[in-house]
Amino acid sequence: MPQVTLTVNGKQHTVDVEGRTLLVELLREKIGLTGTHVGCDTSQCGACVVHLNGESVKSCTTLALQADGAAVTTIEGLAAADGTLHPMQEMFREHHALQCGFCTPGMVMTAIDMVQSHPEGLTEQEIREGLEGNLCRCTGYHNIVKAIAAAHPLMHAKAAE
Amino acid sequence: MGFEGIGAAVRRKEDLRFLSGKGNYTDDINRPGQVYAYIKRSDRPHARIDSIDTTAAAAAPGVIAVFTGADMEAEAIGGLPCGWQIHNKDGSPMAEPPHPVLAVGKVRHVGDSVAVVIATTKQEAKNAAELLEIAYTDLPAVAQVTDALAPGAPEVHDGVTGNLCYDWHIGDQAVVDGVFANAHKVVKLDLTNNRLVPNAMEPRAAIGDYDTSSGDFTLYTTSQNPHVIRLLMGAFVLHIPENKLRVVAPDVGGGFGSKIYHYAEEAIVTWAAGKVRRPVKWTAERSESFITDAHGRDHVSTAEMAIDAEGHFLGLRVNTIANMGAYLSTFAPCVPTYLYATLLAGVYKTPVIYCNVKAVFTNTVPVDAYRGAGRPEATFLLERLVDAIAYDTGIDRVEIRKKNFIPSDAFPYQTPVALQYDSGDYQTTLAVALKSADWAGFEARRAEAAKRGKLRGIGISTYLEACGIAPSAVVGSLGARAGLYEVANIRVHPTGSVTVFTGTHSHGQGHETTLAQLVVDQLGVSLDQVDVVHGDTSKIPFGMGTYGSRSLAVGGSAMVKAMDKIIAKGKKIAAHLMEAAVEDIEFKDNTFSVAGTDKSKTLTDVSLAAYVPHNYPIEELEPGLDETAFYDPKNFTFPGGCHIAEVEIDPETGVVTMVGFTAVDDVGRVVNPMIVEGQVQGGVAQGIGQALLEGCAYDAHGHLISGSFMDYTMPRADNMPSNLSVATENTMCTHNPLGSKGCGEVGAIGSPPAVMNAVIDALKDYGVRHLDMPATAPKLWSIIQAAQPRMAAE
Repeated sequence: MPQVTLTVNGKQHTVDVEGRTLLVELLREKIGLTGTHVGCDTSQCGACVVHLNGESVKSCTTLALQADGAAVTTIEGLAAADGTLHPMQEMFREHHALQCGFCTPGMVMTAIDMVQSHPEGLTEQEIREGLEGNLCRCTGYHNIVKAIAAAHPLMHAKAAE
Repeated sequence: MGFEGIGAAVRRKEDLRFLSGKGNYTDDINRPGQVYAYIKRSDRPHARIDSIDTTAAAAAPGVIAVFTGADMEAEAIGGLPCGWQIHNKDGSPMAEPPHPVLAVGKVRHVGDSVAVVIATTKQEAKNAAELLEIAYTDLPAVAQVTDALAPGAPEVHDGVTGNLCYDWHIGDQAVVDGVFANAHKVVKLDLTNNRLVPNAMEPRAAIGDYDTSSGDFTLYTTSQNPHVIRLLMGAFVLHIPENKLRVVAPDVGGGFGSKIYHYAEEAIVTWAAGKVRRPVKWTAERSESFITDAHGRDHVSTAEMAIDAEGHFLGLRVNTIANMGAYLSTFAPCVPTYLYATLLAGVYKTPVIYCNVKAVFTNTVPVDAYRGAGRPEATFLLERLVDAIAYDTGIDRVEIRKKNFIPSDAFPYQTPVALQYDSGDYQTTLAVALKSADWAGFEARRAEAAKRGKLRGIGISTYLEACGIAPSAVVGSLGARAGLYEVANIRVHPTGSVTVFTGTHSHGQGHETTLAQLVVDQLGVSLDQVDVVHGDTSKIPFGMGTYGSRSLAVGGSAMVKAMDKIIAKGKKIAAHLMEAAVEDIEFKDNTFSVAGTDKSKTLTDVSLAAYVPHNYPIEELEPGLDETAFYDPKNFTFPGGCHIAEVEIDPETGVVTMVGFTAVDDVGRVVNPMIVEGQVQGGVAQGIGQALLEGCAYDAHGHLISGSFMDYTMPRADNMPSNLSVATENTMCTHNPLGSKGCGEVGAIGSPPAVMNAVIDALKDYGVRHLDMPATAPKLWSIIQAAQPRMAAE
C-alpha cells in the first residue's frame, strides 16, 4: 500500500493510503480531523476546501497521494495556540455568517485564500463570484459576503505587522 | 457583560465550535468496531424484483453480511409508518400502502432501497454491492402529477386504484359555486408549484449501535426530531421499546424539513447492528440524497376568484393535485391539506373558500414538507392570483390588496377555512415595505433600466402563514397521529448555573443562544452560565423536535412554564431562608427579596439550599431545583408581512438579476434580532432559488434528470441581491407567554410570488400574464424572442 508523508496544521503524518484515497478521506478518517466536510460528490459544494501549500483546494477532488510532501491547513489549524480565532473566523462570528455550520469550514478556507490573493481589495461582486464554488443552504450568503469584506482589512493589517 | 436577554443581538454560543472544526455531526462520529453499510438502490422507476442473488456479494472481501427485504420480512420488521391520516370527502380513510424498509416484490422509484451490504470498510461494501445479481422486470411508470390520474395510467401500488391517495376538500362547495354563479367577474389561473430538492448541505447519515451487555440500541442520526424517530422506529418498525432505544441527533447540518422524517436507513443500520453485533454506519453520498431525501412542493392547481365590480374578493375556488411520490413519507398527507388549504384566506377577508385536493402516487421520491410546507404553495397561488386579478381588471396591485386586507381591528379573525388568526397588522407591514423598497420611485428606475436595454420589474407579496405547530387536540382531530406539544427541563445546578434540556432541535437555528437568552431574561443569570442541551433521547424527557417554526413559540413557551415552576419553588425556599411569608417574596434580576425590606437571597443561595438542604423546609418541599414542563399551544401562530422583489431581465439572454429584495415581516416577539434576520435572509434565498433557479425534473419514465448539483441549480452567492433589506414590524402572539410567532419559514413562504410578480411585471410589454417557476433564462429568452415579431408588427 502506498504511503504519503505530509504536514497537516504543522504536524507531520505518514499514512498508508490506497491509490484511490481522497485527501478528504485521509484527513477525516486516517488523521481524525473531521472539521473538513463532504457535502457532495461532484466537486460543487466546497464544504471540503482546505489549503494545500497555501492555496485552497477541494479535498474531495484531490488524491491523498497528490498531497505527498505538502503542507495542508484545515479549519482546525487556523486559530492561534491560545485559541484566538483567525480574523476570518472572528468576522464570520461577528457577522452571523454561519447557521448550521456544515459549509462553514470550506467557506472560511475559501475566503481566506480569496482575501490573501487580493491584497489590493475585493469588491462585493468579486467576493460573490469568488464564492462560486461554495454552496450554503442556510444563510443566503448575505452575511458571508459581509464577513469576508470585513476580514479583508484585518487580515492585510495583520500581514503588514 | 452587556444586555443578553430577550431582544439582544448577542453573538452565537455555538459558533466557536463550528468555526474551529469542532462540530460533532453524525458522520464525524465513529464507534469502536464500526462497520459500514452500503445500500443497493433501484436504478429503475418501477419494476418487479424477480430475484436477488447475494452469493457473490456475500463472498466478497470484507463483507460481513448482506440483507434484503426478505430477511426483514422474515423477522416481521414493519414498514415505515405515516404520521398523518387524511380522510376522503366521503369520510373514508386515505389509501395507505405499505412502505417496506427494504423493497419487497417491487421497486417503485429510482433510489428505492433493495439490499444492504455490511462490510469492514466503506469501499468493500460498495464494491460488493456491485456483485449483487438482481433480476428485474420493468413495469410502466408514471412520474408527473398530471399523468397520475389519467385513465389507464400505470398504477404505483396494487390496490390503490388510479393512484389516488385521497380526494379531500374543505369549505362548502355549493355555497362557493353559488357565489361564483352570481359574481361580477371570475379570474382564473392555472399554476404549477415546482418540485424542489431540499439539499441541506450535510447529507443524511446514521449509525446503529447495539450494546451486547444491556441489549440496548443507540441510533445516531441526522434528525430534526430524535424522539419522533425513537417513537416511530421503535414502536412501528423494529419493535424495540423506548427504554431499550436511544436516539441521538448531534450537530445537524441543516434540515429544512427533509430531516424530520423516519427514513429507511435509520431502521436498516439499527436492525443490522443487532444482527452483526457491531456498530453499523451509513452516510449518504449527495447523488444518493437526491434520490432518497423527501422532496418538496410539486402541486398543479387551478385557482379562481370571484370578484365584484370594485375588486372585492367574494369567493375563492381551488383545485389542486399534489404529488406524494411513491410512498407516504412521515407527514406527507398533511402538507397539501391542513398546511395548505387552510391558508388560502391569506391576509384577505375572502368570505367563502372551497378547495379540493387530490393527492396522487407516482414513481418518484416521496414528497413531504420542505421549508414552509404547504404554506408556500398556498401563498404562491394566492399572490399570483391577486396579481392576475389586477392584470385582468386594471386595478392597481397594491390597492387591490389593501382593499381586501383583514383590518387590524378585526382580530381575533375567523377565516372560512378553519383557522382563527390571533393578531396581525397587514396595512403596517405593507406600508413599511413600500417605503423601504421605494415602490413610489420604481417607474423612474424602470425607465432608467430601459435606457440600458434592461427590462426592470417590481413585484409584491402580502402573505401570512400558520406555524408554532400545533395544538394537539386540534391536529389530532385532523388526522395527526402524534401530539405537537413541546417539553423543557430546566435544571438549576447547586451553584446557580443552568442547563436547559429542550425537546426542540437546532440544526442551524441557533437555539443554544436564543433559548439561553430566555433563561437570561427570566432567571437573571448571565449567558455563559446557561447551556442548552438538545438532540438526545437519553438526556431530554421528551420532545417533538423542530419544524413548522415551532421551537421558540412552543419550545420556548415550555421553558417559560418550567422556569415559572423554578421561581415558584425558589420563592418557597427563599421564604424559609428569610423567615418571611411566601406571598411576600418577589423575584427579579436573579434575586429573591422580601417585599418592602432589604432582605434578599440570590438564585444561587436558593439553589445551594435546595441541593444542600440543611436549613430547608424539608417537610413540605422536596430538595433540588429542577423542573419540567410540557406546553401544548392553544392555537397556531400567524406570522406574515410583505415582501417586495425588484428584478432586471437582460432581453438578450433572458437572465434575471435580483436587484433588490425587501422583507418586512411580523414574527411576534424577537429574542435575537441578528438570528431572526439571518433566518429570513436564508429563507428568502430558498424562495429566490425556487422562483428563479431550482426545478427538480423527472422524465416521463420516472428517471430523475436533475440528480446532482451539476443539474439542479442551487442558489449561489451571486444569485442573491446585494440590496437585501430585512426588517420586522411585530404584533404579539396573544396566546403564548412569549408573544413570539416564529421566523424560520417566512422568508421561503413570502418571497417566491414576490419574485415571480416582479419577473412578470418586467415582461408586461410582452403580454405575459402568468409564468410558472423557475423563471430560468431559456424560458424567459424564448418568451422574449417569440414576442419580438408581434411587437415589431404592432
